[in-house]
Amino acid sequence: MRFSEAWLREWVDPPIDTQQLVSQLSMSGLEVDAVEPAAAAFSGVVVGYVEALDAHPDAEKLRVCRVDVGEQAPLQIVCGAANVAAGMKVPVAMVGARLPGDFKIKRAKLRGVESLGMICSASELGLAESSDGIMVLPPESPLGEDLRAFMALDDQCIELDLTPDRGDCLSVAGVAREVGVLNRVNVRRSSAAAVAPASDARHAVEVRAESACPRYLCRVISGIDPGARTPLWMQERLRRGGERPISAVVDVTNYVLLELGQPLHAFDRDLLQGGIEVRMARAGEPLALLNGEEIALRDDTLVIADAARPVALAGIMGGSATAVGEDSVNILLESAFFAPTAITGKARSYGLHTESSHRFERGVDPALQEAAIERATALLLDIVGGQAGPIVSAASQAHLPQAPALALKRARISQVLGIEIGDEDVTDILGRLGMSLEAVDDGWRVTPPTSRFDILLEVDLIAEIGRIYGYDRIPVTHARSAAVTRAPLEMSFDLDRCRQLLVDRGYHEAVTYSFVAPELQSLVDPDSSPLCLANPLSAEMSAMRTTLWVGLLQAARQNLARQQMRVRLFESGLRFRRDGGDLHQEPMLAGLAVGPVQPEQWAEPGRAADFFDLKADLQALLGASASAAECRFEPASHAALHPGKSARILRGERTVGWAGTIHPALASKLDLPEQVQLFELMTSDLGSAPKPAFVQLSKYPSIRRDIAIVVDIGVAYAAVRGSIEAAAGEWLRDLVLFDVYVGDKIDSGRKSMALGLILQAPSQTLTDQEVESVVGGVLRRLEADCGAQLRS
Amino acid sequence: MNDNAVSGIDELRDAALDALQGAADLAALDRVRVQYLGKSGLLTAQLKSLGALPADQRPAAGQAINRAKAAVQQGIDARKAGLEQAALEQKLADDRIDVTLPGRGQRSGGLHPVTRTLQRIERLFQNAGFSIEEGPEVEDDYHNFEALNIPAHHPARAMHDTFYFDDGRLLRTHTSPVQIRVMESREPPLRIIAPGRVYRCDSDLTHTPMFHQVEGFLVDEQATFADLKGVLYDFLRNFFEQDDLKLRFRPSYFPFTEPSAEVDVQCVMCGGDGCRVCKQTGWLEVLGCGMIHPEVFRHVGIDSERYLGYAFGMGVERLAMLRYGVDDLRLYFENDLRFLAQFS
Repeated sequence: MRFSEAWLREWVDPPIDTQQLVSQLSMSGLEVDAVEPAAAAFSGVVVGYVEALDAHPDAEKLRVCRVDVGEQAPLQIVCGAANVAAGMKVPVAMVGARLPGDFKIKRAKLRGVESLGMICSASELGLAESSDGIMVLPPESPLGEDLRAFMALDDQCIELDLTPDRGDCLSVAGVAREVGVLNRVNVRRSSAAAVAPASDARHAVEVRAESACPRYLCRVISGIDPGARTPLWMQERLRRGGERPISAVVDVTNYVLLELGQPLHAFDRDLLQGGIEVRMARAGEPLALLNGEEIALRDDTLVIADAARPVALAGIMGGSATAVGEDSVNILLESAFFAPTAITGKARSYGLHTESSHRFERGVDPALQEAAIERATALLLDIVGGQAGPIVSAASQAHLPQAPALALKRARISQVLGIEIGDEDVTDILGRLGMSLEAVDDGWRVTPPTSRFDILLEVDLIAEIGRIYGYDRIPVTHARSAAVTRAPLEMSFDLDRCRQLLVDRGYHEAVTYSFVAPELQSLVDPDSSPLCLANPLSAEMSAMRTTLWVGLLQAARQNLARQQMRVRLFESGLRFRRDGGDLHQEPMLAGLAVGPVQPEQWAEPGRAADFFDLKADLQALLGASASAAECRFEPASHAALHPGKSARILRGERTVGWAGTIHPALASKLDLPEQVQLFELMTSDLGSAPKPAFVQLSKYPSIRRDIAIVVDIGVAYAAVRGSIEAAAGEWLRDLVLFDVYVGDKIDSGRKSMALGLILQAPSQTLTDQEVESVVGGVLRRLEADCGAQLRS
Repeated sequence: MNDNAVSGIDELRDAALDALQGAADLAALDRVRVQYLGKSGLLTAQLKSLGALPADQRPAAGQAINRAKAAVQQGIDARKAGLEQAALEQKLADDRIDVTLPGRGQRSGGLHPVTRTLQRIERLFQNAGFSIEEGPEVEDDYHNFEALNIPAHHPARAMHDTFYFDDGRLLRTHTSPVQIRVMESREPPLRIIAPGRVYRCDSDLTHTPMFHQVEGFLVDEQATFADLKGVLYDFLRNFFEQDDLKLRFRPSYFPFTEPSAEVDVQCVMCGGDGCRVCKQTGWLEVLGCGMIHPEVFRHVGIDSERYLGYAFGMGVERLAMLRYGVDDLRLYFENDLRFLAQFS
């Protein structure tokens, strides 16, 4: 909502300046978005009269004008505009004038002819974006008068960003009501004296959709002057309200819309075929709109029709076939109340948004139609003349919204707001807001004015009391609540702990979009069918991620392209997987590492991070979030991972994640190095590990025995460890793998592992014999299970 | 023994003292010790030869020899301590390192500034007794709109540019649906915050299609707008670490609260004098809040005569921007390490 401050002050004029007014509006919930001068700064421009013009001797397109500016002698001004003509009143920038953009007017010679000023276009004065020729002023403009004073340009345009509930303030009158309440000053009443009909011309109206259109008023105005011009003051108010002048009739309807908030429409009555019908559209009916578009109507859409066809989208936009044009003489003026529920969403569904639909969607005062049509009639008769017929009205009281009588309990006000407020203050505030009050035992019965259709509940009244009382006057209190604080369980999954652990191990946290490019995702996760957005911003952001790897791989690629040698990233967030008709939104923690295992430094040789570096990070994570002992890594293949360097992570029998080195084919498709390590964990399956349980410390020494075994290269360490643990029994306190060797010192196809067995008994010192017996048992078991031989 | 014998001992002693002064290291010193004090050392031999002296001279000669031995032993001990000290000093000098060289090993990464901000917000509210709850990001229309008193075609929907799926589900446009989900499944009193990702179909200089919000609410038999002010004053002053930070509550509109307010803080960049960040107003909008609307309670089956509640919601990126001076929203999701490393 944009309006001229001077116009508002015609309605209500509190003794405060613009700055105070603006802050008052914002603090009362009508947020001021912008305050702009009605015209850019200029000076030295006066009203001139073009007495005569001659051709320029040396330039075909220039004219030499003799312009009376109210001084003793007329001025000679050279002008290039095609529309300049003798007998026109025009704005003249005198020598010494300053135009917007700090453009100074000097005495000049144009192609050898002296020019003492400039005849201005509206755009040169900053009054229009663009102009077609010079600005033509009305003939009655006072000669020689300063244009700023004459046009009252020292004014501000105030732009409100209104919340959807405050449709009542989508007009100068509405804002004025609010300003009056805030400042306790009187507001001008709408000057809508009824216009006595000068003719009997009536247009038949039939409303067939009364719930959608509870009130429809129209009036014939015959014999208007089609050439009449909109007065400059009205053009200016429209311009300052953000409206373009179109034609006198349309300008008047727009003016009343801005002034009172009632959208109006004017038809060329001679183009209507029979009486008006307000009805639902028939599916597929065509309607050519004023904006040049042709739409096919749906049957959920309310239209204004004549006997033959729809002629307007009710409350949204008129049709072009019956529009008021340059030669319209007889018009039909419409002022209706359409129910918000009938209008909301309709404009949008046809790709439209108009001043009219904006207001009807939010609500228009259901009692305003008559005042508005009277106001518009009076203005039209003034400007375009003609004879007004009587108002034809079709109204259904049953369908018009009824102002509710709301029970307001005194006690509830302080329960909600936390203030003690006196009865006088309550009745004062609500009274000023135009509500009628009736005192009852525990409070009041309150009926809001028809313009405040947003007040539907007791709490809406309380909100109004708080708003006018002033939110800043409400105290700041600290109440106790009976709400129980739920602290996380000790052994629950602690995402913050895991994040910190990864940070400490050199990872940076990334946040990538939850929607990704489907092609990229199908490379990483070819077997899933992602959930796709119906209205994505772009194809690259259209598929919900089924794995966090897509975003991390993209982030890694971008960072590598920016000469980062070492990229370690992690992210936590949901992945979205479809399983039949079900959608699983699963919290994940994923990471990626590529480049040297440590940052480049002086005392460590650089080494690219490999699977086992990542696994160490993962084991630390699992240790912090579950129980490392419960989790195991099993060789398994994943489309994104190198088949020989990938593992499924299991907790018990449940897959809780994946880890591995990127598949070389994927790396090459993504233009990434082959040594990219990836992991992803389902965090909902982590946590709730058994809490630590104390075991008595042994008082007896531990004994270490190292063994070196040779096994086939395909034998997994997990199998070796399993055999050792099974054979060594309860005395095995720890097992250390301190070397794995493959090379020419042993047979090809074999590998050696060097292991330290740390043995300890809880209640005795182990004898050499006992230790030898355990080690012997381990070796026999290793030979039996894994084909292991002691390395010689 | 005559005087000659005694003076011979003094010479022997002086020779020994000279020799041990000349010993350059502990080994040479030990050789001197053996030469004079060892089993067959020169001074030891003198003691053994005492028997050859007349009995009356023996005590005096014995004493002289023992004095010489003691003097030599003392000299050896002193010299030994000196040599050991020198050796230690040499070793320390040899072991000297350049302590200005960088330390070895891993270097820490860093949390994303959004997480860093979220963690601060969460901790501040946890200290105030709020518990954390999360909810789904793919939501249904009911929880995202309907139950929050935003029926179909409500003009407020235009404020939420919503991403939809073909089946009618949508990406939540705010974290408020968590309010509904918690109230549906639990009995009041409730005191909850709900952090998380939210989505709007909008992308320009000041909007990204995904961002983070924290929703907070309390439902109890007593809860007032004044209490809401108390919670938000505490939070914002702690968050911006400014005990006298000024706040401004402006009436506003949200379908799910009544009364509703937008909360401005005095600009934390210019202290309220007016700057580019606050668009010369001296104020920054940081929060929306209000008393939970009776329609919302009706949808979740909470008796709005018995219970009252307040709710508030804030944008995390905005708070992070104000806290850390980030001036381009899009940087948050580009994951440029040069950006992320600034928050290590």
